[in-house]
Amino acid sequence: MTATAEPEVGKSRRRKEDARLITGRTRWTDNITLPGLLHMAILRSPVAHARITSIDVEAARSMPGVLAVVTGADLADEQGSLPCAWAITPDMKNPPHPSIAVDTVNYAGEAVAIVVARSSAEAHDALEAIDVDYDELPVVLDMEAAVADGAVLVHESLGTNKSALWVFDSAEAGTGGNVDEAIAAGEIVLERKFRQQRLIPAFMEPRSVLCDPTGEQVTLWSATQVPHILRLMLALTLGVPEHKVRVIAPDVGGGFGGKLQVTPEEILVFLLARRLGKPVKYTETRSEAMATAHHGRDQIQRLTLSATRDGTITGLKVDLLADMGAYLSLVTPGIPILGAFMFNAIYKIPAYRFSCTNVFTNKVMTDAYRGAGRPEATFAIERMMDELAAELGVDPLAIREKNWITHEEFPFTTVCGLTYDSGNYEAATEKAKQLFDYDGLRREQAERRERGDVVQLGIGISTFTEMCGLAPSRVLGSLSYGAGGWEHAAIRMLPSGKVEVVTGSSPHGQGHETAWSQIVADQLGVPFEDVEVLHGDTQSSHKGMDTYGSRSLTVGAIAVVKAGDKVIAKARKIAAHMLECSEDDLDFAQGRFSVRGTDKGTGITDIALAVFAAHDLPDGVEPSLDSEATFDPENFSFPHGTHLCAAEVDTETGRVTIRKYVCVDDVGKVVNPLIVEGQVHGGLAQGIAQALFEEAVHDENGTLTTGTFADYLLPSAADLPSFVTDRTETPSTTNPLGVKGVGEAGTIASTPAVVNAVVDSVRHMGIDDIEMPCTPFRVWGAIHGRDVDTGGSQAGGGLGSIEGGLQ
Amino acid sequence: MIPSAFDYARPSTVEEAVRTLAEAGEDAKVLAGGQSLLPVLRMRLAAPTMIVDLGRVPELRGVREDGDNLVIGAMTTHYDVARDHLVQDHASLIARATETVADPQVRHRGTFGGSLAHADPAGDLPAVALALGAVMVVEGPSGRREIPAADFFVDYFTTSLAPDELLVAVVIPKHTGWLSHYEKFNRVAQAWSIVAVGVSLQVSGGTIAGARVGLTNMASVPVRAVAVEQALIGQSAGADVLRAAAEHAAEGTSPGTDGNGDAEYRSQLARVLTGRALAIAVGG
Ligand SMILES: Cc1cc2nc3c(=O)[nH]c(=O)nc-3n(C[C@H](O)[C@H](O)[C@H](O)COP(=O)(O)OP(=O)(O)OC[C@H]3O[C@@H](n4cnc5c(N)ncnc54)[C@H](O)[C@@H]3O)c2cc1C
Repeated sequence: MTATAEPEVGKSRRRKEDARLITGRTRWTDNITLPGLLHMAILRSPVAHARITSIDVEAARSMPGVLAVVTGADLADEQGSLPCAWAITPDMKNPPHPSIAVDTVNYAGEAVAIVVARSSAEAHDALEAIDVDYDELPVVLDMEAAVADGAVLVHESLGTNKSALWVFDSAEAGTGGNVDEAIAAGEIVLERKFRQQRLIPAFMEPRSVLCDPTGEQVTLWSATQVPHILRLMLALTLGVPEHKVRVIAPDVGGGFGGKLQVTPEEILVFLLARRLGKPVKYTETRSEAMATAHHGRDQIQRLTLSATRDGTITGLKVDLLADMGAYLSLVTPGIPILGAFMFNAIYKIPAYRFSCTNVFTNKVMTDAYRGAGRPEATFAIERMMDELAAELGVDPLAIREKNWITHEEFPFTTVCGLTYDSGNYEAATEKAKQLFDYDGLRREQAERRERGDVVQLGIGISTFTEMCGLAPSRVLGSLSYGAGGWEHAAIRMLPSGKVEVVTGSSPHGQGHETAWSQIVADQLGVPFEDVEVLHGDTQSSHKGMDTYGSRSLTVGAIAVVKAGDKVIAKARKIAAHMLECSEDDLDFAQGRFSVRGTDKGTGITDIALAVFAAHDLPDGVEPSLDSEATFDPENFSFPHGTHLCAAEVDTETGRVTIRKYVCVDDVGKVVNPLIVEGQVHGGLAQGIAQALFEEAVHDENGTLTTGTFADYLLPSAADLPSFVTDRTETPSTTNPLGVKGVGEAGTIASTPAVVNAVVDSVRHMGIDDIEMPCTPFRVWGAIHGRDVDTGGSQAGGGLGSIEGGLQ
Repeated sequence: MIPSAFDYARPSTVEEAVRTLAEAGEDAKVLAGGQSLLPVLRMRLAAPTMIVDLGRVPELRGVREDGDNLVIGAMTTHYDVARDHLVQDHASLIARATETVADPQVRHRGTFGGSLAHADPAGDLPAVALALGAVMVVEGPSGRREIPAADFFVDYFTTSLAPDELLVAVVIPKHTGWLSHYEKFNRVAQAWSIVAVGVSLQVSGGTIAGARVGLTNMASVPVRAVAVEQALIGQSAGADVLRAAAEHAAEGTSPGTDGNGDAEYRSQLARVLTGRALAIAVGG
């Protein structure tokens, strides 16, 4: 028998996919080669806004190995407009979004010509022989300038740089009070402006796409998070019949939302392969990924918060400017809207109004990036909570406690109309405080202040919750999102008793294969090793909504469980027949059906074989245990947690060093603690990176000056502290596993915790904000009352600097 | 990320390398560890028609003693320099600075000579070579010549090497038993210096007998902080003296401005880091 005694769920298993992913002994898109494969390279605009007056491709056409040189004019009738699936308002302005510019370029890096050649080297050589004349136009880069009267326009024909205005008002929605009245009556009113800098998702594997047009179905391999969405969008954008396209996302090396996209390159490779009748591949360089894969964040946030003198919040008003970049990509306009429901966070805020103006600028598009709207919201409200505490002279933990939803109050319907199903903020906070030695560090902080120590200590707090597990289709529909949020799964019982699990969510580093195997091993009572998880191919996994928004476990794995239930139900009928008893007399445990009160029984794997033979099945029963299910939850999942950060600030140099970082997350039931730990660590690193290190900087012409990893600083392990992570476990009540999402938690909570710590360390010097990233130069500038210019034309040092030397 | 086409030569002696370079003319480039040159080629910021790879010229590698001097072959990797016993004993400042360069992968390929020839103002080795009074041994078609470090670094990424000359070795006067520290300020561990300070002190009987202080990224070329050195020599190695001397660190410098700092900030860093470097050198 194959029964597993010890449950798989809850085990810290090492991920079964890691050996092949880490050693690279797998199929990344760029590893794939086909007979007669051709290579595509893209000439990109060096300027951010210009009319293309001429493109001379003659010389390139006659270069060695070149099969085709194509411009936007050549593809204008075929390329359609890249999709935007989220019309947030009925009158949203969404200009045509070509994959390759036809007559105007609107951001630096936009494609202007493509070469297809026999080798990648020949394609790149030929790019240099193409001559493009640009008639440069003025650029608009700053959002506040873009919405001012008389602004330079990105799209002249729109007559404005405003794409949409989206508003939520709790009084109008009937979910809360009138915020203007609350503010007018506020005993304390705080106004603050925060800047969410632009970030670059910086996934490890650059994007790559290969299209083989030679079969009856055109096959497209892509390093994408969303193979299913991509297939549909290819059909809708290009008018190709959906059933004639197969999309495969082989192993994908990270995404962080950056590969939740339908890219110009995917369209162009498809069109060129079709035109030439031969397979074509394109793999971007890291420089192209930095400059042209969509960016994240980029908002200016204005908040007004009112409270009573005892610290009870009475109202919150949020006004955002959100930078779209030059066009709207797949879910660009909806990203800030995902934050709309999270500014109230874990607090009981009686009146709330949110408005967001989406703005075009001459920069690459923004779109989903780990957390997508929710980190921005959490940052702003958690910074405000610290500001309120400072204003009132009380401990920032106490102010949170005063306003948060207590564990007895769940389920709790918020001022935005969301119903938080479960949570226990008190428990997570208490645990975090103890692990952190909160009181001890506060004492040390006071001592350092007293002595005027060169190194000051600050303590930063962030409590958070997030709505994740992107689904309910109904809610997405109410937000005018273009698709549903369900997920699909299927289970195939093979005759030998092995199991294939087909999932519609598409992993790109998360560990689905391991987690799904653990769940199914327990459910069907088969060994972990006997489960194979299939994904990322529209042929084998024919239906799916893919992976983003911390939805895989909370939606995708629940579909797997539902499919498993159906397998067991089918097997039960057959077991009853085999054991000559009634179905009601059967117990199913650890892979075995047994007749209650006897020692008779049979295993599910034996049933699988009997079904394969199909010699003796009950009347009317199909010879198959295979089952599929589609799950659409009633609600989001709401993980939460308390993060505490102690940061040391060197007042002579401005350097911030994280001394201690404690987080206690509540992600409900845990399938694999090791995977959860990994997600939290990675998330923390990314969130801390926003606070201290990363920023996409453009010069006044719109050129990205942080275009390499020498200038766009990703922290490594050497730059981060040892994290203390722990959990509380309050099961979600909206899904049968009791799980909540964890993929974005660390990123959401850590940024405000760190910035709050930095500000706290120098607040006694009269400082109440430092812009992100809190670089040494900025922190030093704040301490010394100097406005520092960290933008400008030159990124600091590094590979950027070699340009000068070797030309 | 594919470079333009180029010819490639891999000489096995200095003489052959010099000849190949001379024959190839202006558009030839020497390849050492490639850690700076290859990114430039791959981004097509430069397109030399000939690459002369020094990787197989044994006489360019290694560290040896020559009387009162150390001679470091231009092709000695950062990794080998940093753990070399002669360097540790007689020019510890070079070892301390080299340890801070980039990450282990880069240190295993990048070379001492390559860093000096590259002359990046944010590179860590020019300033310490200058501070210790290094002399560059270079060879061209008309033979060998020696260039003192002070005359070698001319401007951003520019040295007094002629295009047909090779940097062969670097001669460094022994600073046996001197106390050294290299204090580097950057934003992430593997990044270049925003500012860095290298100090080497000869302390006998509590008195500072010799002082060498070099500044990285405080001008278009490495800078010797002469005023700091003068404020130290002959004084007792006490905290007050060190602190007061450090106040002179930014004198005579002309730091640039970029996203990581402006001139005023860099000057402040130079003073603070010099103070810390001196204290650490003396203390440990
Ligand atoms: C990720 C990364 C991080 C880095 N961080 C740092 C850092 O923190 N600090 C630091 O100092 N450096 C840093 N570097 C640069 C590194 O130290 C390089 O090794 C060094 O700048 C160049 O040495 P190389 O041997 O690689 O030279 P190459 O790249 O091969 O050559 C550089 C230039 O010098 C010329 N050249 C080389 N050798 C000779 C010679 N013998 N004679 C004449 N000309 C010659 C070449 O023609 C070329 O123009 C970093 C590099 C990378 C890739």
